[in-house]
Amino acid sequence: MTQEFLLQLSLAVLLLPLLSFVVIIFFGRRLPRQGDLFGTAILGVDLLASLTILFSKLNFFNDVVPNFTFTWVDFHTLVPSATKMADFPLKLDIGIMIDNVTAVMLVVVTLISFLVHVFSTVYMHDDIRYSRYYAYLSFFSFSMLGIVLANNFWLIYVFWELVGISSYLLIGHWYEKKSAADAGKKAFIVNRVGDLGMFIGIMIVWANFHTMTFDGIFSAIAAGQIPFQSDAWMTAAGILIFCGAIGKSAQFPLHVWLPDAMEGPTPVSALIHAATMVAAGVYLVARVFPMFTADALTFIAYIGAITAFMAATIAIAQNDIKKVLAYSTVSQLGYMVMGLGVGAYTAGFFHLATHAAFKAGLFLASGSVIYAMHGALHHQNDHHTDAQDIRNMGGLKKKMPVTFWAFVMFTLAISGVPLTSGFLSKDQILAGTLAFSDLTGHTLIPILGFGAAALTAFYMFRLVILTFLGEHKDPTRLEHLHESPKPMIIPLIVLASLSFFVFYSFNPLTPADGWFYHAIERPVTVVPASLASASSEVFEEAMHHEHTTAMYLSLTVASLGILFAFLTYYWKKISADAFASALAPVHKFLLNKWYFDELYHATAVAGTIGFSRLLAWFDNTFIDGIVNGTARWTLALTLGVKKNWEVEDHAKGMVEDHAKGMVEDHAKGMEGKREAMAYLFFAALLSVYVGWAAGNAALSGAGIGIAIGKGILGLIVAGGTFFLLHAGVGGFDNKVVDGTVNLTAYLAGFFGLMLRKVQTGRIQSYILFVLIGVMVLFFLFKL
Amino acid sequence: MHVTLTHYLIASAILFSFGLFAVMARRNAIMVLMGIELILNSANINFIAFAHYGGMHLDGQMAAIFVIILAACEAAVALAIVLNIYQQFNTVNVDEVDTLKD
Repeated sequence: MTQEFLLQLSLAVLLLPLLSFVVIIFFGRRLPRQGDLFGTAILGVDLLASLTILFSKLNFFNDVVPNFTFTWVDFHTLVPSATKMADFPLKLDIGIMIDNVTAVMLVVVTLISFLVHVFSTVYMHDDIRYSRYYAYLSFFSFSMLGIVLANNFWLIYVFWELVGISSYLLIGHWYEKKSAADAGKKAFIVNRVGDLGMFIGIMIVWANFHTMTFDGIFSAIAAGQIPFQSDAWMTAAGILIFCGAIGKSAQFPLHVWLPDAMEGPTPVSALIHAATMVAAGVYLVARVFPMFTADALTFIAYIGAITAFMAATIAIAQNDIKKVLAYSTVSQLGYMVMGLGVGAYTAGFFHLATHAAFKAGLFLASGSVIYAMHGALHHQNDHHTDAQDIRNMGGLKKKMPVTFWAFVMFTLAISGVPLTSGFLSKDQILAGTLAFSDLTGHTLIPILGFGAAALTAFYMFRLVILTFLGEHKDPTRLEHLHESPKPMIIPLIVLASLSFFVFYSFNPLTPADGWFYHAIERPVTVVPASLASASSEVFEEAMHHEHTTAMYLSLTVASLGILFAFLTYYWKKISADAFASALAPVHKFLLNKWYFDELYHATAVAGTIGFSRLLAWFDNTFIDGIVNGTARWTLALTLGVKKNWEVEDHAKGMVEDHAKGMVEDHAKGMEGKREAMAYLFFAALLSVYVGWAAGNAALSGAGIGIAIGKGILGLIVAGGTFFLLHAGVGGFDNKVVDGTVNLTAYLAGFFGLMLRKVQTGRIQSYILFVLIGVMVLFFLFKL
Repeated sequence: MHVTLTHYLIASAILFSFGLFAVMARRNAIMVLMGIELILNSANINFIAFAHYGGMHLDGQMAAIFVIILAACEAAVALAIVLNIYQQFNTVNVDEVDTLKD
């Protein structure tokens, strides 16, 4: 097996879902089962290929990075040599590469995508847009794999936007519902805000290094080149690129779109809004990690810590099963970002992988619950009860044992209970935050981290207890609840088993000996030493020092959280309602999600609408004012002129009749008189000229006598001519002038009637005529 | 296979024909607009292909970008018109919007 083969295989992995998208979107309705099995099979092949890539990458190419780069556009061959901008080679290189991070991400994405495809065959079976749903799932997989494989900012940005559009399409899958359509728009627009920052960051890099590939950028920085020779620009570039991650990974303050995105189908939430796309931001941070300065990393760590804590507090007060999981996702993404920010690179990325498995599992399990609830409610003809509200659930354990045990497994993992995958990754992140505060003195970050860990254990067990344990509110409904069909529970079993520690490390207490930690190593920073954060060795040392403390601390807070959840919701020793009323303002604050939506409505949304109103007012007043003013002035001028003319001609009555459409008779009479006057005048002029010319012609020379002779002769000739003209003018007018006018009118009428048949009113035939005309012209002038 | 100017022109001509077909044969105003977009993009392909093979530097690309911007404006205005037509006639079928006829 060679590197070329590995690259070709990864290209196949990238393009197969695109093929599936094209086939399903165009021929989906004609395929058996609307093409769902085709899409699932393609993703199955993709998963096998990804596993092959991961296996061979780790075993045969652990130290090399297969890379395929080609020049897409070379601006120097396009720009005239006289205006050559600079001496550097100005070209756009794009390509793909496979390092260990990529290989792991390939497997994560294809695995979750495959399981979601399988799950959806039942969950979405009766959907009106079943075929389109599968097409979009494939398209999403393609875009996500593109982000993972890209070795440059250019391709990452392109695929970044493509996952944005597929997310938009899938959130708004049930666009008949206004809330779903709005949620799609919100997700798209909020992401644009982050992407703008990312775009500016990329442009800073491009303007300075004239390359988009990560290799090129990193080696330029390592060689001592930093943007605009300024430390601040180096930090700014990093933070701006991180803005993309803030949007896509739903970090504070742009997290507001992710909870709303739960309007999409639940399997979509599992795939896009829990496991893969929202992890793209974390992946981006991991990808460009070497170019972050210490300041940028501290910023990232704070954003992550605030997000993790804030979202965890909100999750406590939510009652919608998917909303709780959504805020839990935001919180866990904050963990990953915090982990990367403090320098625990491997732990942060490790949490991405483990979280992808157990959070996708949580969403699919909640999908299984919602599916069962829908079925039971439908059976009872109950269309008012909310199938997603955990207050309407309870006691589902007996009816849905597989879903229950899988859900418990995922909950243990996310709470960081030992023997699970979540314990391994979360524990390392928390150790990293402790090490970071030891090294730099930022103590707030570990406090927020451990606080969020306690809250996570609390709200997740609250969810489990309220949904599966206790008594169901409505016994008859419980009768109709059933375990979901096999295609839905098999993905749950797969993901639940992946939440055990053995898949990542054989030592349940630390992942440091497992394959994952050997495969993913923190890359060496390339920024100048004065700007860099603590080096890998120093940090590892500090982390090792804190490892035991972190473990005990995290175990303590997790068990405290679980204990409180059981005390409150299972044994009911503490009344949740009493707590809520005692801390009414806090509860209200959390229930309303820290009032972020209200804040943005009052500022960003209202500001935009206000600005639009201002523009509309300007448009209506000034632009329209100019246009309407011109029209009004023209009208006023016209009326004024018309009035003058009326007065002069004493034809007021005629103008009134004109308005009534009875102008012809009057006008004819009037025109006749005028015409006659005009002819008379013309004839007189002509006669004078003819007389003058005749006089000149007959007598030549100078002298008073000759002049008098000329005058007399001219007068005689002019008088004769005038008489002739005057006598003949009626006939000339009737025959020649009117004849010409009538002929023109007749011809116009004749051709009008003839061409009327051609004027079908069908725009298509007009275009056809134009086309034929153009072709005739083309052949005429070609020769 | 060596890609020459002719290949681009053929691709562009095919795209143009598709667009023209959509404009002439489709009744739905939105589809007609899509046809127009195809036609514009076939022109873009020609611009860039000629610029590339004719050694015209970046002129063709500039023209293409100009066309893209123009197409965006055109789409905005045309869709607004279609929306108004829909409100007025309750249909976007171009054949039924014929009150100017007769």
